[in-house]
Amino acid sequence: MSRRPYIRKVQRTWWLGHRRYVVYMLRELTSLFVGLYCAVLTVGLIRLAQGAAAWSAFLDALSSPASVALQLVCLAFAVFHSVTWFALTPKAMVLTLRGAPVPAKAIVGAHYGVWAAVSLIVLIAAGA
Amino acid sequence: MELGPRDRLSQAFWHEQRKGRTIKTPYGDVVHLDIRHLGEKKINERLPMVRELAHTYAGVDPVHAPIPVRPVVHYTMGGIHTDNHTATLLPGLYAAGECACVSINGANRLGSNSLTELLVFGARAGRNAAAFARANPAGPMSGVQAGAEAVQAGVRELFVREDGTETVAGLRKAMHDAIENGAGIYRTENSLQETCCTLEKLRRRYRKVQLHDRSNVFNTDLIQVLELGAMLQVAEAIAQSAARRKESRGSHQRLDHPERDDTNYLKHSLATYRRAEPPVVSYQDVTITRSPPAKRVYGGAAA
Amino acid sequence: MSENVTLEVLRYRPESDSEPQFQRYSVPFHDDWVVLDALNYIKDHLDSTLSFRWSCHMAICGSCGMMINGEPRLACHAFLRDYRDAVIRIEPLDHFPIERDLVTVMDGFMDKLASVKPYLITNGKTPPQAVENLQTPLQLMAFKQYTLCINCMLCYAACPQCGLDESFVGPAALALAHRYNLDSRDHGQAQRADVVASNEGIWECTFAGACSEVCPKQVDPAAAIQQTKISASLDWFKARLMPGAQ
Repeated sequence: MSRRPYIRKVQRTWWLGHRRYVVYMLRELTSLFVGLYCAVLTVGLIRLAQGAAAWSAFLDALSSPASVALQLVCLAFAVFHSVTWFALTPKAMVLTLRGAPVPAKAIVGAHYGVWAAVSLIVLIAAGA
Repeated sequence: MELGPRDRLSQAFWHEQRKGRTIKTPYGDVVHLDIRHLGEKKINERLPMVRELAHTYAGVDPVHAPIPVRPVVHYTMGGIHTDNHTATLLPGLYAAGECACVSINGANRLGSNSLTELLVFGARAGRNAAAFARANPAGPMSGVQAGAEAVQAGVRELFVREDGTETVAGLRKAMHDAIENGAGIYRTENSLQETCCTLEKLRRRYRKVQLHDRSNVFNTDLIQVLELGAMLQVAEAIAQSAARRKESRGSHQRLDHPERDDTNYLKHSLATYRRAEPPVVSYQDVTITRSPPAKRVYGGAAA
Repeated sequence: MSENVTLEVLRYRPESDSEPQFQRYSVPFHDDWVVLDALNYIKDHLDSTLSFRWSCHMAICGSCGMMINGEPRLACHAFLRDYRDAVIRIEPLDHFPIERDLVTVMDGFMDKLASVKPYLITNGKTPPQAVENLQTPLQLMAFKQYTLCINCMLCYAACPQCGLDESFVGPAALALAHRYNLDSRDHGQAQRADVVASNEGIWECTFAGACSEVCPKQVDPAAAIQQTKISASLDWFKARLMPGAQ
C-alpha cells in the first residue's frame, strides 16, 4: 500500500476565481479605508485642540482635489461596509417575538432606521 | 392501500400493470402518488424531503401535481443467520442490521424497523464481540494466516489475469435483470428456475471478469469486482430458496402457489455456500413464543 | 442539443503519477442525468480505473462532493443540462489532500467533527433516569436546521479560511457544536468551549459566508458561527464578572 496524498497549494489569486470571493475581499478592504478615515478624523481632533489656525489649515488640506477624491473613495467603501454589515446582521441575531422568529428584513430595516435617525441628528447638530 | 405495507403496494402495482392501468415513462411504468390534498403547509412540515426530491429529480411539485412512482429494489430481506445475540455460526463472528437475519422480521420487514433493528442489535453485536474477544485471547496465527493467504491469493490472481472476457457492468446488469424478472414481486416455477439457471451461468462467467485497475490505493474497480462476486452469491441464495419454497409467504409471492402453507413451510430457508455449486437449501423451524401465525389482513377486513 | 458532453476529470494515481493531471471523457447527454450518472457511465463503459465516492444518489449521504467547474457541488445534485459549456471540469473538493482521483483524505475533517463533542452532555441532574428527555416542538425548532448537515464537506471546500489554515475547525464542525449547544437537553456548552471558542474555532472565521452559500441542505453554518461568537463572548464576560455562575 503506497498512499501518497497530494496537497494542492492555494494560489495568491484564489479570490479572483469567483465573484463571491472578490466581493468578500472588497468588503474586507473597506476596513482599510474606514481605518484611514478614522485616522483623518483623529488628526482633525488634534488640529482642533491646537487652535483656530491649525483647524483652518486642516480644513484647507481636506478641500484639495486629491483629498476630496480620497474622501469620496472612503465614503464609497464606508457605505459598502455598512450595507454588507447590515445584510449580515440577521444571521448573528436570532430574535423571536411571541414565539415566532422576527423576519430578517425587519432586523435589517431596523439597522437602516437607526442609521438614518442618527445621521439626521448629527446633521442637525452640525448645522446648528 | 395508500398506507399499506410496501410489499402489498408493489403487488397492487403489478396487478394494475397487468390491467394496463399504469402510465408509461422512459424509466418504466408508473402510477401517480397524489398528496395535493395535504396542502402546502402540511407537506412542508411533515414531508419536506419528499417535496424536494420530487421537485429536483422528477421535476414535479407535489403541492400542485402528483408524483410518478414505481416499485424498486430497496432492502435485502433475510441475511446472515444469527441467534438473538447476533452470533453467527462462525465463533467470534457477529452480524447485525440489513446483512443479518435474527430473524425479527419474518418473511417481510415492517417499515422503519431497519433503523431501530440496527441500533438494538448493533449495540448487542458490539458488546458480545467485545466479550468474546476478552474471553478468548488470541490463539496461534498459523490457521488464520493460511486462510488469509488463500483469500489474498484469489485477489492477487485478479491483478495478474490478462485474459478476462467479462465486464463488471455487463455481469451486474445481467444479474439485475435475471433476479428482478424471475424473482421479483410475483414468482412462478418457470421464472425461478430460469433465474437459478442464469445465475449459475453468471457465477461461472464471473471467473473470467477482467480487473482493469491494478493499483493499490483506493481501487474501486477491485471493490466493485469483489462486491459483484458477493452479490451473485446472495442472488443465488435468494433464487434457490425461493424456487424450493412452493407457497406464498410475506414478500415471497408465487402465482403458482398463492396460499401460505404452514404445514410444510412454517420454516426459515437456510442457504449454505458451496464453492463451485449452487448453495444447498435446508430448513429451520420458526420459533413461535407469543403470537401464533394468522391470516394477514388490513383495514376493514381486520375488523 | 448536443448528443455528447465532455468531462475533464482530474486524475491522480499516487503510485504512478508525480502530480495530478486532467483526462477527458466523452459521455452521452441525457436531459435528466446528473454529473454522477456521467461518472458512473465512465466507470462502467469507458474507464473503470476512475475512483470517486458516492452512495445514495439523492443528496442525503454527502459522499459525492466534488469541484464542478470550480464550484463545490454534490455530483448527484448537479444536472448535465445546467452546464451548457462545451466541457465540464471535475476535480476533488478544494482544501483537502487528494488520496486518489476524485477521492480526498477525510481524516482531518472526521477528527474535527469529533473534537466538538457532538453528543448530548448531561448535567447529571435532569432528567431522572426513569423518565425520557422531554422536548417541545418549539425547543426542537431552535436547533433543527443545524441537525440537517450531511457532512458533505462542500463548506470546507468553499471556505477561504479552510484553504489558508488547515487547523481551522471549520463550518460543519462548528455548526454541529451549535446544534448541541442549542439543544434544550444538552448542558455541554462550557465543555465544548475549549475547541469551539478557540483561535482555531469560531475566531478563525471572517464571515465570508461562502459555506452557507454552497450548503446543499441550507444548514447555514455561517449563522451558527456568528451566533456562537456572541454567546462565547457573553460567556467570557460572565465568567469574569460572575465567577462560579453556570
